[in-house]
Amino acid sequence: MKQDTDMNRRRFLGQTAGVAGLTIVPGVMLYEVQARPADQAASSSVRWGMLIDTRQCDTGCTDCVTACKTENGWGSTETKSSPEQQAQWIRKVKLTDKQTGHVQSLPLMCQHCETPPCVDVCPTGASMKRADGIVLVDKHICIGCRYCMMACPYKARSFIHEPLTDQKPHAPRGVGTVESCTLCVHRIDKDGTPACVEACNAEGHKAMYFGNLNDPDSDISKHLKQHGGEQIRADLGLNTGVRYQGL
Amino acid sequence: MVFFCKYMHKLVTLAGVSLLLPLTSQAVDLMPVIPKAKGQQCVESTDKMRRNHMEYILHQRNDTLRKGIRTPKYSLKKCIECHNAPDKDNRVAHISSKQDHFCSSCHTYVAVKIDCFECHADKPKKTQYHPTSREGH
Repeated sequence: MKQDTDMNRRRFLGQTAGVAGLTIVPGVMLYEVQARPADQAASSSVRWGMLIDTRQCDTGCTDCVTACKTENGWGSTETKSSPEQQAQWIRKVKLTDKQTGHVQSLPLMCQHCETPPCVDVCPTGASMKRADGIVLVDKHICIGCRYCMMACPYKARSFIHEPLTDQKPHAPRGVGTVESCTLCVHRIDKDGTPACVEACNAEGHKAMYFGNLNDPDSDISKHLKQHGGEQIRADLGLNTGVRYQGL
Repeated sequence: MVFFCKYMHKLVTLAGVSLLLPLTSQAVDLMPVIPKAKGQQCVESTDKMRRNHMEYILHQRNDTLRKGIRTPKYSLKKCIECHNAPDKDNRVAHISSKQDHFCSSCHTYVAVKIDCFECHADKPKKTQYHPTSREGH
């Protein structure tokens, strides 16, 4: 209940600030959107999100998955684990309508919920949501119990079963801990874009958008306002940060 | 007699030196060989770093992961970039190398186990492990 009140207040304040900004000096931005300084904490005035246009997502294309593997160093590193045990930060899912034969393809990863079930069930506080909406695992205090893996409706988390070496300096990952999509938090903190979105756009597929859901002028917000975006398992009321079009 | 005394004195000294020599060389072997850092000056003085480095990186890890504060001063990534700098062939030591890796050389000596590098990279980006440094792997 307390959390709801806070969220409503935040929304109200955000909207009021937005309206004030527009009415005081019409046509002139009062502030410039800049990268957050390194010594400043992430703020809840921002909520990072992603929009995936499944109509643009080709069934055979795995560019986003490959980009994620290369960026974060998962995939080929777990040599002793079985395929069921190997990490999957992002995967391509194919949906076939048995009645009509219509096939859809979409990338599925951590949906960065506003009220994440993985955070609810974590006994140590390792599973956490950052102020700007990114859901992460604090591997320093993760005990590897895997409750979060059971709780996640999207099967977005993986457990590392074997000792790893030669990790990427920006993406620490190790045995006995749970991991998932970080929305490329190391890139976001430097005003960058997640590797999957970058790869998708670089190849010209234009099936993925990334941006601030709280900013009505961001590309992603405009797209969502105009065309709408569905949540997977919207019935759970998790208010996911990752939205899909064309489902 | 005087001659004898002089002779004895020399003999005792010689014996002493010969006894001491193996001891000193053993002691030297036991001391950690700390690889030299790339930079000129660390973020704090050596005595502060020796006593408090664990506190600095513990504080930084919470700030970075939970709040997104990525100041370079106490960043583990920066420690590694400076203290495990590549040689001319772009090769660096692996954490399992008890002699060559900055962290493990000292931590082996003081018998304090660290698990930082079960997850964190023990080498800077775009470097290769030295083939002789991966003992036990």
